[in-house]
Amino acid sequence: MLIKKSTRISSTEITPESVYRSRRDFIGKSAALIAGAGLLGRANAGLQPDDELTPEEIVTQYNNFYEFGTDKGDPVKHAGALTTDPWTVTVSGAANKTGEFAYEEVVKGLVAEERVYRFRCVEAWSMVVPWLGIPLVDILKQFEPTGSAKYVEFKTLYRPEEMPGQNSFFSSIDWPYTEGLRLDEAYHPLTIMAVGLYGKTLPNQNGAPWRLVVPWKYGFKSIKSIVSIRFTEQEPLNTWQQLQPSEYGFYANVNPAVAHPRWSQASERRLPSSLFNQNRRPTLPFNGYADEVASLYAGMDLSKFY
Amino acid sequence: MPIVARNVFKPALGFVLSLPLLWLAYLIYLELISPTSGLGPDPAEGLLHFLGEWSLIMLLIAFSVTPLRRRLRLLILGRCRRMAGLFAFTYVVMHLVTYMVLYVELSWALLLEDFYERTYITAGMASFLILLMMALTSTRGWQLRLGRYWRRLHTLIFAAVPLALLHLLWLRKDGYLDTTLYALWFAIMVLERLQAKGYLSRATPPGAA
Repeated sequence: MLIKKSTRISSTEITPESVYRSRRDFIGKSAALIAGAGLLGRANAGLQPDDELTPEEIVTQYNNFYEFGTDKGDPVKHAGALTTDPWTVTVSGAANKTGEFAYEEVVKGLVAEERVYRFRCVEAWSMVVPWLGIPLVDILKQFEPTGSAKYVEFKTLYRPEEMPGQNSFFSSIDWPYTEGLRLDEAYHPLTIMAVGLYGKTLPNQNGAPWRLVVPWKYGFKSIKSIVSIRFTEQEPLNTWQQLQPSEYGFYANVNPAVAHPRWSQASERRLPSSLFNQNRRPTLPFNGYADEVASLYAGMDLSKFY
Repeated sequence: MPIVARNVFKPALGFVLSLPLLWLAYLIYLELISPTSGLGPDPAEGLLHFLGEWSLIMLLIAFSVTPLRRRLRLLILGRCRRMAGLFAFTYVVMHLVTYMVLYVELSWALLLEDFYERTYITAGMASFLILLMMALTSTRGWQLRLGRYWRRLHTLIFAAVPLALLHLLWLRKDGYLDTTLYALWFAIMVLERLQAKGYLSRATPPGAA
């Protein structure tokens, strides 16, 4: 309670507006301050004893964000051109409050907290990232989804003039990038909308101003730079499933038992690695978050619903 | 061509073909003094992809020697064909060793799984085995020993290059610009050979000028 009150103080009340570039900077910074002061502590659910933070320069320079190019170095090179202010999100589908909302309006009064999560890419590399995130449930409940909503679908910004990858003739992705979650997955306390990392406002190449983080799923589920949220009865068709249904499914839960035609999922290379040490370790079911999330999939054949 | 130019041509070409390796040596030097500065945030993968990309380019260069000699009337290129092929093979071996030793760290279980289940790795290995046979029999001695079979064996380059292209194509999730350019390059060199052998010219009607 005390924590919530302290972050509900708006920037105009305690800090001259001019100090901050924008309110979203404040969101990130205030959350960092709180985390730093130890009021919140780190939510380290599911971390293993040997999990160490991946250095910030790797987290912010090694990105799959195909809107800026398919090389992992492309996002940090090209994302600087992305305008994230103003940012509008369109909410539609099975909810009482739909329409266009300013990003600042949606996150106003919500608490961002530091969450240290493992992040496992389907390409069999992984990181440990200190995110600043808002529980997704807090964001979604504001729109009052109706009883018929079973899934939530997200879309990334489509703006080819600032996202060169969307112009590429040699890409087979049908933009905008689309992802989705079952509503119970979206409401799970581990699922967050990240607005920052390493105590700072989220860099563009990591999906500014906000991106999903679902730590027990492969990284491609954690859609970046979201401009559309739609509540739906039907399972959304996510981008990678659309492109290659035999390789990528809707659920995409981290699962060492289900091999991928391009990458063995039995182990992963944890970054940072070096030329002579890949920091290889076995991949854990649900990326090590099985205790928290396995019950969501009770009775499902996970080799079929991959 | 003047004799001096002729004597310098082959070593000069060899130098050009080793430039990527010199650049790589510099990147590895940077990497060793300060991790992730030379080969990127994921150094082993950076090295693997650098060598893979250049393996393919070198293979395509070796595959282009004969057509270029014909079109440019640069007969000296014929004496550089084996060298170009062995350069390509060297890049391929370094690529494979990086994968097995640095990337997979000689985990035999993982290697076997990759060979069987990753189609792109199966294609890459098939290409490597062909190139290995070609490299082993590239000497004058083997050329004489194998006689007319030598030529047949080395015709397998027409399989090795497309297998290497498939290796890249099947690895990629998306973004096919370089794959397309390499495939075009290969196609042009095949077409040149077909044309030189007369397969592409239309049958001339009798009596036509």
